[in-house]
Amino acid sequence: MNPFAEKKSVKAVEDASLALYPGRATALVGESGSGKTTVARMLARIYDPTTGVIRFRGQEVKYKGARVASSLRAYRRHIQMVFQDPFSSLNPVHNVRYHLSRPLRVHGHARSEKEVTEQVLALLRRVSLSPAEQFIEKFPHQLSGGQRQRVAIARALAARPEVVLADEPVSMLDVSIRLDILNLLTRLKDEEQLAFLFITHDIASARYFAEDTLVMYAGQMVEGGPSDDVIQSPRHPYTQLLLSVAPDPDRVQQVINHGNTSVPTRGEIPSLIKPPSGCRFHPRCPHAMPICSQEKPARTEITPGHWTHCFLYDQPGEKPAKQAKIIDAKSVQRAK
Amino acid sequence: MSTQNKNNLLLDVRNMSVDYYAANGAVHAVRDVNLSLKRGEIVGLAGESGSGKSTLAYAIARLLRPPAAITAGQVLYYPSIQEGERRTAFTAALEQANSKITDPVNSPTQSSGVDILKLTPPQLRAFRWNELSIVFQSAMNALNPVMDIGTQIIDVLRAHQPERSVQSCKERARELLKLVGIAPDRLRSYPHELSGGMRQRVIIAIALALKPELIIMDEPTTALDVVVQREILDLISSLCKETGTALIFITHDLSLLLELVDRVAVMYAGKLVEVADRNNFYAHARHPYSYGLMNSFPTLHGPRRKMVGIAGSPPDLRNIPAGCPFHDRCPMAFEACHQVIPALRTPFADAPEQIAACHLYDPKITRTTQMPGPADLGRGYEIQAERSVAR
Repeated sequence: MNPFAEKKSVKAVEDASLALYPGRATALVGESGSGKTTVARMLARIYDPTTGVIRFRGQEVKYKGARVASSLRAYRRHIQMVFQDPFSSLNPVHNVRYHLSRPLRVHGHARSEKEVTEQVLALLRRVSLSPAEQFIEKFPHQLSGGQRQRVAIARALAARPEVVLADEPVSMLDVSIRLDILNLLTRLKDEEQLAFLFITHDIASARYFAEDTLVMYAGQMVEGGPSDDVIQSPRHPYTQLLLSVAPDPDRVQQVINHGNTSVPTRGEIPSLIKPPSGCRFHPRCPHAMPICSQEKPARTEITPGHWTHCFLYDQPGEKPAKQAKIIDAKSVQRAK
Repeated sequence: MSTQNKNNLLLDVRNMSVDYYAANGAVHAVRDVNLSLKRGEIVGLAGESGSGKSTLAYAIARLLRPPAAITAGQVLYYPSIQEGERRTAFTAALEQANSKITDPVNSPTQSSGVDILKLTPPQLRAFRWNELSIVFQSAMNALNPVMDIGTQIIDVLRAHQPERSVQSCKERARELLKLVGIAPDRLRSYPHELSGGMRQRVIIAIALALKPELIIMDEPTTALDVVVQREILDLISSLCKETGTALIFITHDLSLLLELVDRVAVMYAGKLVEVADRNNFYAHARHPYSYGLMNSFPTLHGPRRKMVGIAGSPPDLRNIPAGCPFHDRCPMAFEACHQVIPALRTPFADAPEQIAACHLYDPKITRTTQMPGPADLGRGYEIQAERSVAR
């Protein structure tokens, strides 16, 4: 390592476009290092994109100029995050009441102590932590992982957001608890018409929870569309790879009958400082053609709504009409 | 078949109980567990966090330290006794001890086995790694960051086989790296120069270094990506088949486990609740808890449907409720479950190897000869979910 070397940038996300709709969840699937979290953080405005536009309810989000701070707070009121690790996202020295009262106070939803208590209790009930009166005084170490994640979700809800960005909200939890949390998120999505961005590496839970699925690889989106289309008939070789390696109880029957037939997978996600030319997946792709290392594949619509970036499917198709978007990120990029 | 099985026995855990002594009472982490393992068999140990899976594994390897204490039980180990080339350091250590004192329990005979819990420190040193090695949770961080991986592999070889020459240690280290699919020229690499998956491979190589009879892996793939996880699983599976190593694989992820193992043991609140071979378990998990675990994964195929998990959370192990520990979460619980602790039984005519600790399958308690099937368990969970929503 040369400390005097020229600084190189990591292009963590390149040319990502996605839209979120009220009452719908969009899942973002990919390996670690594929830029999923960076996308969520740009939408939460923890990072600013290097180029590109994010629109919230049709209005462009400002990054520079006058009154950025106040517009930022107004924006964050509507957009909240739930983090992966409920063991580190809650402050161990504060109790549940404190965690939930901060967003209520900061965003001016509760003025008096009485209002705070009432709303905190209501929030705890919304995330099915009952009896709420008992949980309000508890500290994080007195809660199990699933209960902590419920508190973290309640904290996000306290700001009364319209969009929730959930960054692997279940991957740190035990398998038997994951389903409870997913069912809770589904209820919030359906009953309260929240828009969700659901980041996960578990394709099966993406299919269970989200209506739409986007697959990212090395900072680029390679395939997207309705979850069932993407997962039942994956087109991009990377999506096919992800699906073939996902743990799947249904495959056990096949293993029992025919032995282990899964294709060996080789290679790892490339360095994003110097990404491969052309399609970034070509060094690992079993179908790579000469053109794949030379040009970037364009977006190809396979069926209405289901698209992929792959030369295997590079044929012209028709473009369907779109529903009103609550968040619309166009060609955002982020370099670190 | 049965006599052959008996000869193939490698490890027999009998009536194992482990407590953790805490200021506010003893935590009964493992309670009266019986588990046996054949040579070359892969057994999966499944259960929620806090069910005692890791504690059981560490007890087998004698790695528990205070405040944990083994309160009862035996771990019988049956070393392979072959004359000539494979006279291991462990059997040598045992024989050495026997020449001094004649210990009837710890004589290395095929019939009785050696109680690991009674080994003397030198015997234990010879036992570990030669006969049993362990891969820890978040094993990626188990490598020493200031030593290159070659040194770490050779360190193991030198520590456990001091008579081995440096040259042959190096040779073996290269061999091991090749075995786990890493180019041997990476011996001089430091852990930070390797990716997570490669570090995990190195850890597996170190576990295999002395060709142990048994490897314990405690959630070896949890910190890894799905793609890498699949590679590591395939590697583990093929290596165990190749070398005939027995494996205890601990995880909470049943979907992963079922593709790898021969037999599944499910733990709940410190007790084994079901043991079955993989095919029977997959086709028909008998215990309501196992059924609940099997049905907590969203699937990739088939219609999308609403799924119900297991309601509630595991009991406090300081104060375990009377009767079956699962009764307050169980959708099928009836009066007997609140009072009588169910024992592991083999009530299934169609699957003699499958045992479950549940009153539902005990005709003396249910007073019917009819046993509930998977559909009944599924319905039970659905009704329970509806009731909790109504409340």
